Amino acid sequence: MKVALQVNGAVSEVDVEPRKTLLDTLREELRLTGAHAGCEHGVCGACTVLVDGAPVRSCLMFAVQADGLDITTIEGLAPAAGELSVLQDSFCETHGLQCGFCTPGMILASHALLEANPEPTRADIVEAISGNICRCTGYGQIVEAVELAAERLRQANAPRALAGGRP
Amino acid sequence: MNAGAAPFRFVSANRRVREDRRFVAGHGRYVADIALDGMVHVAILGAQHPAARILAIDPSAALALPGVHYVLTGEELAGATDPLMNGLDTPNVRRFPLAVGQTRYAGEWVAAVVADSRALAEDACEKVRVSYERLPYLTHAEEALDPSSPPVHPAHGSNVLLDKPFVWGEVDRHFAESPRRLSFRVTWGRNSTVPIETFGVVASWDPWAEMLDVWASIQMPKYPDQIARALRIPANNVRVHHDVDVGGSYGVKRGIKHTVLAAHLARRLGRPVRLLEDRLENMRGGDAHGPERIFDVDVAFDDAGIVRSMKLRALDNAGAYAGRAPFQLGKPIGAIVGPYKIESVAYRAQSVTTNKAVQEAVRGFGQSPTNYAIETALDQVARACGLDRIEVRRRNFIRKEEFPYLIPSGTRYDSGDYHTVVDKVLAHVDYAALLAERDRLRADGMLAGIGIAACLEPSGGNSAFEPLLNEKNQTTTWMESVRINVDGTGCVAVTIHTTSSGQGHETLAATVVAEVLEIDPDLIRVVRPDSLACLPSNTPVGSRMAIMMGGACFHAAQKLKAKLLRIGAHNLGLAPEAARYHGGSVGAEAGGKALDWAALVNIAHRNFHLLPPDTEPGLGTTHVMQVPTGTSLPKDGRVQMYPCHSFEFHLVLVALDPVLGKPEIRRYVIGHDCGTVINPHIVKGMTLGGIAHGLGAALLEEFVYDEEGQMLTQSFMDYLLPSSHEVPKVEIVHHCTPSPFTVFGQKGSGESGYLGAPAAISGALNDAVADLGLFFDKLPIRISAISDAVAAARVRSSEETTS
Repeated sequence: MKVALQVNGAVSEVDVEPRKTLLDTLREELRLTGAHAGCEHGVCGACTVLVDGAPVRSCLMFAVQADGLDITTIEGLAPAAGELSVLQDSFCETHGLQCGFCTPGMILASHALLEANPEPTRADIVEAISGNICRCTGYGQIVEAVELAAERLRQANAPRALAGGRP
Repeated sequence: MNAGAAPFRFVSANRRVREDRRFVAGHGRYVADIALDGMVHVAILGAQHPAARILAIDPSAALALPGVHYVLTGEELAGATDPLMNGLDTPNVRRFPLAVGQTRYAGEWVAAVVADSRALAEDACEKVRVSYERLPYLTHAEEALDPSSPPVHPAHGSNVLLDKPFVWGEVDRHFAESPRRLSFRVTWGRNSTVPIETFGVVASWDPWAEMLDVWASIQMPKYPDQIARALRIPANNVRVHHDVDVGGSYGVKRGIKHTVLAAHLARRLGRPVRLLEDRLENMRGGDAHGPERIFDVDVAFDDAGIVRSMKLRALDNAGAYAGRAPFQLGKPIGAIVGPYKIESVAYRAQSVTTNKAVQEAVRGFGQSPTNYAIETALDQVARACGLDRIEVRRRNFIRKEEFPYLIPSGTRYDSGDYHTVVDKVLAHVDYAALLAERDRLRADGMLAGIGIAACLEPSGGNSAFEPLLNEKNQTTTWMESVRINVDGTGCVAVTIHTTSSGQGHETLAATVVAEVLEIDPDLIRVVRPDSLACLPSNTPVGSRMAIMMGGACFHAAQKLKAKLLRIGAHNLGLAPEAARYHGGSVGAEAGGKALDWAALVNIAHRNFHLLPPDTEPGLGTTHVMQVPTGTSLPKDGRVQMYPCHSFEFHLVLVALDPVLGKPEIRRYVIGHDCGTVINPHIVKGMTLGGIAHGLGAALLEEFVYDEEGQMLTQSFMDYLLPSSHEVPKVEIVHHCTPSPFTVFGQKGSGESGYLGAPAAISGALNDAVADLGLFFDKLPIRISAISDAVAAARVRSSEETTS
């Protein structure tokens, strides 16, 4: 089936089997390999992408279902090549990762939280990332990263949309 | 060798971890991201039965599907390859990547199907017809000790892989002389590290170059050697690419069977082959389960709670094949008395085969289960004596002035100050207030308990347990290497010779080399050559890289500095001992004329006529680091195991509703001493992650088999991983006792947190239910087990009241 996928602001036409997941399509057809296959049954969250701004398991969605929707992957968060968003930079600052495998999903889930809630409590952050499993960090430095990013975004001397918001 | 009290410039500084940048951008390079032209995909057909004879495999319907290239059976593979390595001398426990003639556990790989896509290969798997004749099977370790139990490997003669008794010191006399004794049994459930990335491998064979190229999510010592041996090809025909990011391992990413299978197919088909486990293949048949262990413990002690002697019998359920599983009974011998002055120990290490999946090395290599047994013993001694559990530990601790301290099993602990770490934690927590909080919760109708664990993290990873458990094995080195190259423009590149799975080795190498050379770490490039361009490495096992790769970086940089000093002194007309190195320049001690970095580099690269006699041109050095201390073979059942011993002290408050039974961790504090910290962010992350992993082992994670020999927990819906809701905020109290055996005083931290968390959480739950007369003696302690046990105890107590 032919599908028009709008990913990170650009539209790509792909021809996929109806049974092909959005995850496999992003990875294999568009070579956007930042979303990862962890469990392929919707528990671990490593495949998280944003669909119309909300975190979605791309392993539980078919590519054909995504036709016409606005998809953001981790590759779409950096403002420019070699330049990190405030949230991505905060993950580096607190070392909110180790092996990096769950990280794109964690960052996208956190990004969606900060878009909706610029002043999240610790409990809000814990809830927002609770659908993403990390085996390395025990989550402590991830929570710190999101707290730091929220603080930096609040303090940024510019509207949020320009200071590391959605691309 | 210790650099002493000199202040560090980059070591211990709160610097960023350089690897993080590529990961937060989604630009890691994992094995699943590697796509080669013409690559075909493998799916695996797993066995349905725990034990069955394979009568026939009919691939015709599968091969008839368009896009399907091949169906590989165990018979073909066993004919073309040699068996995978066993740790012990058990030649009749033969293991191949696919079952040969017989399946030995449900989920064992029976056939591999190759197709144009993974989806097609899975479709075709369903079309492969296998005829089985079911055989008797067993799943329990104690059953395996019975000589009449159905043998998993009939040719081996029994299900016993290892039964080795050790006696260190006068155990019988100490038991006879002790006024008090107690005995108990605890069981460590079968769990694993379960990385979010499954194991994957891409193999490609070039028949014209006779070269096998391998990309894998691997953490495996001697990996290229093992591939070459199994495939019967020269090892220099195997090129393992190390520039692959590994999505978590914590010990288990050893996919040798996967690699041999994929490599054989690549040679057979003449096309690149990718085998990426799906989660089911990973959980059922990835051969990456951890220890499953029954401990029978006897302790001899006195009224003051001083433990004099201990008998420990550890019975481990290795699963269907030997692999390295039995060695996980050997490594804990290096810290068999924990942080305590126990005079003598009897240890019986038993490993048996059953019809369960195969074990692999799991974080701590058997140490965390052992620590759980030892710490349960200390709790029981305190209870028997009516003493405070922390006080009993303090009375038994080795004192700081007693280091280096020789334990009965032959290891000399390097350093430690356990009493001070405990004091710092208690001061941080306000222990009296914590006890009051527990009692307040109890008064409110909750069950509440405090858990305590004090334990060691042996680190530096030699492999002394191999010759200790297998006399034919004469391994006394477990080296690690680096190379430093300064190019003609003065830029520095460091090569490291392993893959990494999140440990930050690039940061480690840059930090240490920069520290010695006094240059900015951010200017140093760290690269990973393929295995044919590597110096010998044993990968990040045994909490060894801060010590071993850090040590190799230090010594290689010292050699480089020495060469710069010789060049500088020669050109400045100074005696070598009069020249001083400072920030990349060489000059006289008193100041004056100096040659800067650019000038020294220029001489080395372009001016042979200015080099001192007998000096090689260029600026490159290498160092192959031997593990400090353990350099001898075992003698009389004793051996020096790992060189360094980090200490951790856990203090946990757990509360739970007696009806719901769900434990909630109200406070989690860990005192941690791993000597000099090289990167604080990395050590903190390892410790917090280790505690989360330990929490999983204590409360949630288990590979459960039913009486039919089928694994019930095959997905993340059943095998529960701790999420951000389960893992509490953890407070870390730091202490630093440098190791005298390492270059900066560093020790290991890769297993920190995990080694004590299960014991501490178990202790807290048992403190919470002790008044009900309950004792949880098996991990994990699930919510259902808690609520059922509490309900039953309450029924009992109300019946007693009414009768």
